[in-house]
Parts: sequence; C-alpha cells; structure tokens
Amino acid sequence: MSKQDNYLDRDLLRFTTAGSVDDGKSTLIGRLLYDSKSIFEDQLTSVESSSKKKGLEHIDFSLLTDGLKDEREQGITIDVAYRYFSTPKRKFIIADTPGHVQYTRNMITGASTANLALILIDARKGVIEQTKRHSFIASLLQIKHIVVCVNKMDLVDYKEEVYEQIMDDYEDFATKLDVDDIRFIPISALHGDNVVDKSENMDWYKGSTLLHTLETIHISSDRNMIDCRFPVQTVIRPHQDEYHDYRGYAGRIESGIFKKGDEVMVLPSGFTSKIKGIVSSEQEIEEAYPPMSVAITLEDDIDISRGDMIVRPNNQPESSQDIEVMICWMANEDFVPSKKFTVLHTTNQVRCMVKEIRYKVDINTLHRVEDDKQIKMNDIARMKLRTTKPLLADSYNRNRSTGSIILVDEGTNNTVAAGMIL
Amino acid sequence: MKHSLSHLRELEAESIFVIRETFSQFNNPCILFSGGKDSIVLTHLAKKAFWPARIPFPLVHIDTGHNFPETIEFRDRLMTDLNCQLIVGSVQESIDQGKVAEETGINASRNRLQTTTLLDTIESNQFDACMGGARRDEEKARAKERFFSHRDEFGQWDPKNQRPELWNLFNGLKHYGENFRVFPISNWTEMDIWQYILLEKIELPSLYFSHQRECFIRNGTILAVNEFLNLRDNEEAKEMTVRFRTMGDMTITGAVESTASTLEDIIGEVAAARQTERGGRADDQRSETSMEDRKKEGYF
Repeated sequence: MSKQDNYLDRDLLRFTTAGSVDDGKSTLIGRLLYDSKSIFEDQLTSVESSSKKKGLEHIDFSLLTDGLKDEREQGITIDVAYRYFSTPKRKFIIADTPGHVQYTRNMITGASTANLALILIDARKGVIEQTKRHSFIASLLQIKHIVVCVNKMDLVDYKEEVYEQIMDDYEDFATKLDVDDIRFIPISALHGDNVVDKSENMDWYKGSTLLHTLETIHISSDRNMIDCRFPVQTVIRPHQDEYHDYRGYAGRIESGIFKKGDEVMVLPSGFTSKIKGIVSSEQEIEEAYPPMSVAITLEDDIDISRGDMIVRPNNQPESSQDIEVMICWMANEDFVPSKKFTVLHTTNQVRCMVKEIRYKVDINTLHRVEDDKQIKMNDIARMKLRTTKPLLADSYNRNRSTGSIILVDEGTNNTVAAGMIL
Repeated sequence: MKHSLSHLRELEAESIFVIRETFSQFNNPCILFSGGKDSIVLTHLAKKAFWPARIPFPLVHIDTGHNFPETIEFRDRLMTDLNCQLIVGSVQESIDQGKVAEETGINASRNRLQTTTLLDTIESNQFDACMGGARRDEEKARAKERFFSHRDEFGQWDPKNQRPELWNLFNGLKHYGENFRVFPISNWTEMDIWQYILLEKIELPSLYFSHQRECFIRNGTILAVNEFLNLRDNEEAKEMTVRFRTMGDMTITGAVESTASTLEDIIGEVAAARQTERGGRADDQRSETSMEDRKKEGYF
C-alpha cells in the first residue's frame, strides 16, 4: 500500500508558460511530459506521424499541445491549452499560452489560476520585450513565484558568463515587479540539461534542476489564511424528515480559516451568529480552510442566499459601489464608453457602468498611456466603475478571489474583460 | 495542524464548486451519465456537493441499444441507491422515428448517432446545462475545453469563439434556447480518477475488472463477441482474460488483456500503461481531428 499512500500525499501546483514557437517552450513541455512518462505511446506515434507529414526530421512536441484543427494548420497556439503531468511528489497543471502581444488575454487567462510562472529566455537573445511582457503579466496577476529558465545554453557553449549577464539584466528589470520569489536555471530543453537531470555540461551551476524546483517550491503558505471569506453559492435544504431543519450554506472557503463555534457575520445584512457545523465530503469537520468546498450551518435562523458572504465581524471586506480596477479587455470589439455591463464577482452578479478611464498601461514597459483612451482587445487599462449594488470586495493584491471580477456584455453575454480590484 | 489539501482533495473541491455553480446558475441542469468510471465519479461528486440533500437534478443516459448489459444493470442499481431521477434517451427510438439512419459498412457504429438523440433529449427536456465527465487529458481537442462550454441553439460548439475563463468566475449567461455543457472534472487525469475511486471506495461496473470473455481481434483492437458484430473470415473468437478501460458501446470498445482484479492492480497497470485509454476507441481513430469534428456537431 505504500505506493498508494505516497500518491495521496501529493499536492497540486498550477503553473503557466508563455512563449512562441521558436523559444523552445513546446520542446520543454514535451520533455517534462515525456520524462515524467505522461506521454503515451499512441500519442507519441500520432505526433511522430504528424511531424513527418509536415516534413520535419525531429518530433515536433508542439503538436501535442496544439489540439485544434486551425492551430495544427497554422502552426500557432491560439488558446490556452491545459496539460497534466505528475511525479511522486506533485501533480502539475500547465496552462500553456501563446506569447505574442496579440495573445495577452490568453496569457492573463492562463495566469489567473497559476501558482507559478515559468519564463523562458533564449540564451542567445537575452531579456527581450516578450520576456518583460510575460513577467509583467505574472506580476499583475499576483503570481508569487517566477522561475526563469535560460534556455538553449547548448547554443552558447554552456558559458557561465552568458547566464550571469542575463540574470543581471533580468534582476535589473525585475525591480519594477511585485514578485518576491524569482529563481534562475540554465537549461537546454532540447538536450535535457538541468530539466530533469543535472547537467554535465554546466558543473558551475550549483542550484537545482527545473523539475526539482517545481517539485519542492513551497506554495501552501501562498494562500490567504487570515481574512475569512465565504461567498455563499447555494443553500442546501434536504426536505427530508431526518434533516428537517437543516439549512447548509454551500460554498468554497476563499480565504481564512473557519472553525466550529466561531462568531461570524453575514454580509450585506450584518446579522451575526455562530458556526454550528461544517460539512465536507458527507462528514462533520472541525475547521475549514481554502480551497475547500463545504457546507456551513449556523446557530441562528438567518435569511441567507446566493451572493451573500460569511465573514468574521472584526475582519470585513470593503463594501462599495465605486470600484477602481485594472482591466484587460478581451473582446474582439473595441470598448464602447457608454455601455453598461454585467459584473460577476464571487457568487454575485450586478450591473455597472464605466465612470472614467484613468489610463492605459503599455504591457511591454508598464508605462502609463494617458493620451490614448481607446480600448481594444488585449489592452490593459485602469478604470473607475460604478455598480448597481455594493460589491463585498478586497484588493486583488490581498485576495485573488474576492479581488477579481469579469465584465460580461449584456447583448452577447460574452466575457469581455477581466478585472483586478485595486 | 496542516492547512493544505492533497491534490485529490483539491480536485474534489474544485469539481464540487463547479457542480454547485451549475446548479445555481441554471434553471434545469442534468448529468450526462454514460455508465463509465468518469461519469460515476462525477455522480459521486454531485452527491457530495448537496449532501445531506439528494442530487437535485436528473441523470440522463443516452442508450445506444448496444451497451453492455453490465452497464445497464449497474446504472439501474446506482439510481436506486441515490434515489434520483433517470431519463433515458434512446438511439433506437431515433432510428425508428427516422431521425437518423443506421450506419452501414464494416465499421458501422451508433457512436455518431448518439449526438442526434442527445440533442433531442436536451431539447425535449429543456435542459440548459448538461454536466459531463470529460477530462482535458483525454484527447487533444479537449485540452482547450472550458469548464462552462457554450453551445448555440443547434447544440454546436465553436472552438474559436469560446469565452475566456478566469479565476473561478464562471459565466453561464445565455440567450433563450442556448445551453451549456459543463465539465466539472476537466482537470482530473485518468490516474487521478482511479486513485480517487480507491480512496473513496467507489463501486464500479464489473467490466472494469479482469474477467473471462469470448473475444476477437479486429484492426489490433480486442472486441467482445456480441450480437451486433459479425465475425469476418479472418477473425476467430477465443476465450480471453480481459478488462475494459472505458465504457462505450460493445461495437467499439476495445478490451485489454489483463489479470487486474482489484483497484490496486488496475492502478499498477495504469501507471505502467503506454497507451492512452482512448487508444482502444475506434471512434477516435477515424481521423486526426475526429473528436473535434464530433464536438462541433454537439457530441459530448
């Protein structure tokens, strides 16, 4: 049984990669999947035969991730692809996104759920615009860990000076980022140096390999365990004799730790009560923490419905109709200033109008653009919104779950923007 | 006290969140139940999501008429245990009504015909969200599938016009007549499913475990001898020790030779396997993008 027990001890790390065809991203992902035995023979055979059809001599690992017909025909990744692999220590979910500026929205989508960003630098090219863009997005989306892989070291004769120079350049630029944990690894994805096994060609490098870094990086303290936030998804009422008076408030713990007996407040009503019980997986438990899905029962009979939030009386989110957000515009159509939008925030749905566009942000330099307020697809902009009802929100920097919103077009119902509350 | 979840519990929590969102955002959701392990796990998660209440929506089974009898027995027993509503959409009825024509030729199957029956069942019951047990690791066209996948009034999927999905904010807003496919176990892999079945002691149809069966080999695939397939001249039936890795129709589901008779055995086998589970599915081998093509038409 020990093998199975091991498996049950694994945790989950979600990371995002961004890059274009030539920087070796697909090769690196292919290698991680292949070396961890996550590619099966029939997948490999199918990729091999597709590579041959395209006249390639090597196996094109990008064919593993580029799943849609249009992508295979055009040779580009047009969307976020999710890939999976695991080792005895961890399960990994890769959100694989294209790297060009016209895919900023895809990078943001991939980054929104990631714990870690994997940034690839071509050792021959050094820190380029694309490197900065990926890093800014990781910082903007509050990804806590960045792993910078200086790739294609084989093409610069595995020289330490090249690596050192790139590291210096990156660190210089990274002072503008809001990321505490940045690590560097010199690799060759093609030959496998420092990906899974230590490189024999770079004995000057004393750090750990990429896989070892991914397996051991500490992520459990990244979650907000302080501010108790429990947005109610739905109310469970069994209508069975045995559970006649049962009213369970179902939802996910977004942050903080909730314990049986805790005094809590229900927002927006402001009524207080005590936690009577917490149910998870058909069992009563003593405490619940993120990201558990649970049902909470309270001592008092209070009118609670979807969109309400259970918090602690001494630690409440901001309640306001005037919201400052940084948005990324995701729709093909340009933003129209007079339009109203549906806002989705936690389990709540309200309407909003845009009161003011403060400025746009150049995603390559992080400079403010104040003279052009025309918002197009992939643009990042700071806006002031006015909502029909107050939102129970925290700043995104403090709380990813209660600090994020999406804007939905009222005509098409399409998601047109992602927003981070300031 | 450790305040972190194992990967299985984190996946479980994510799936329960998505199931509850589906129930809350839609008027008339359902689970598409195939009788396979993925839809069994999905049903198990739905039970947890609403416990101690019953699953508050029906399960829908599209019956091709070519199912293994073991699958149907298992389905009926599970429905009794869960005390929930089952709706069966029959492909045979669609054929009898002349809505679809039975495929002919040597590789004929009812796999593709299911789409019509499925769309009819969705329409006649006015389901606005159908939850399915598809996973992103199954097939390349699924790797980019959303949790909430929008379908137009014809049930079609437009891969180029999918809504971006950020954080845990699922946009289920729609126009009248449109519906959604929802995939709560998108982020699970085959191994996760098996480990979870073991962890939770979830009961499965006996077909998943090693047994003796009369089989024959066609195009490298081991198929069960059954009334819907005629042996060809070069084919020969023989008694084999097999099990199935997926539950599809008897006409297309390939078996593997295996002596794995417990969950632990199966997990060991899955860990060592060098073929994906869909490698034995004749329906995926018709062309490189056959799954994407079927999905655009409204397949699961």
